[in-house]
Amino acid sequence: MVWKVEQAVAWIEKTNALIQSNKEYLTELDQAIGDGDHGLNMSRGFQEAEAKVSSTDYDTIADVFKDTATVLMSKVGGASGPLYGTAFLKMSMVLKGKDPVTQAEFADAVEEALNGIKQRGKADQGEKTMIDVWHPVADFLKNGQNVQAEKLEETAQQAMENTKDTLATKGRAAYLQERSRGHVDPGSTSSFYLFQALADVWKEGA
Amino acid sequence: MANVGVVLISHSSKVAEGTKDIISEAVSDVKVIPAGGTEEGGIGTSAPKIQQALEEADDGAGVILLYDIGSAGMNAEMAVELTERKNCYIAEDIPLVEGGYVAAVEAGMGKSVEDVLSSLRKSFSS
Repeated sequence: MVWKVEQAVAWIEKTNALIQSNKEYLTELDQAIGDGDHGLNMSRGFQEAEAKVSSTDYDTIADVFKDTATVLMSKVGGASGPLYGTAFLKMSMVLKGKDPVTQAEFADAVEEALNGIKQRGKADQGEKTMIDVWHPVADFLKNGQNVQAEKLEETAQQAMENTKDTLATKGRAAYLQERSRGHVDPGSTSSFYLFQALADVWKEGA
Repeated sequence: MANVGVVLISHSSKVAEGTKDIISEAVSDVKVIPAGGTEEGGIGTSAPKIQQALEEADDGAGVILLYDIGSAGMNAEMAVELTERKNCYIAEDIPLVEGGYVAAVEAGMGKSVEDVLSSLRKSFSS
């Protein structure tokens, strides 16, 4: 996998498409164990992010991710704004001056994004948050030279589904204690769409 | 010598502005800037909006930021990282209304930003 600006832009576009078509589902998931605004917040944020990156000429991938971060931070509103904003900001920092981006560099960027999310959210793996998807994906990308897009998607999907049986200890869902079990985590689901979109870009020959 | 400024961060612009109204009854010579709601005026918080508020609140003596729930604290952190201003402190685990009041009163006495923060911690430690 080698990435240029157009793949980075396509990633944001495809993520937005998945978020828009699953907006109601994300809202349902969040109504079950959160405050019910995840679908609306994510659809507004990624709509604006796509509008921004599709209409701008970029020289570097770092700049695509920096603009994505800025838009998500200012437009999302809920906890996802600073968390996804931090993730893209960290990726932008790691990838600065690296064009085109290799798989190893991209893996470093995702790992740093994961660290940023953990620090910002003061959370760790196994607490029924988006970290439960980011962590295995970051590990997956770091392992092996020629990782496959299908495997990436599978890893993210499995990780998302695993959050169903986990007890929430962070965020609004933590107030529900045992009742948070049996529901898939909304933030893990939107993170799955992000990595599903990544796999799609990859399959198209990144 | 300038006084420390205070930024009130809430998911609701009404809560942030109402808190400022309560404080203004008692304190007049301290900049108290509300940063409530999203950029569109909805329920939520916004790091750029908070950043703008803290830059408005800072007269050179530093700023104390107080927040209400959940993501407000994360966006406060982001705002502090984004700004180039120094001496911006987030009052962690301090109630917005009561803490904002204490912070403004202490700032009005001309205390340093570190002293205001330590007064807050003392007042609300349980």
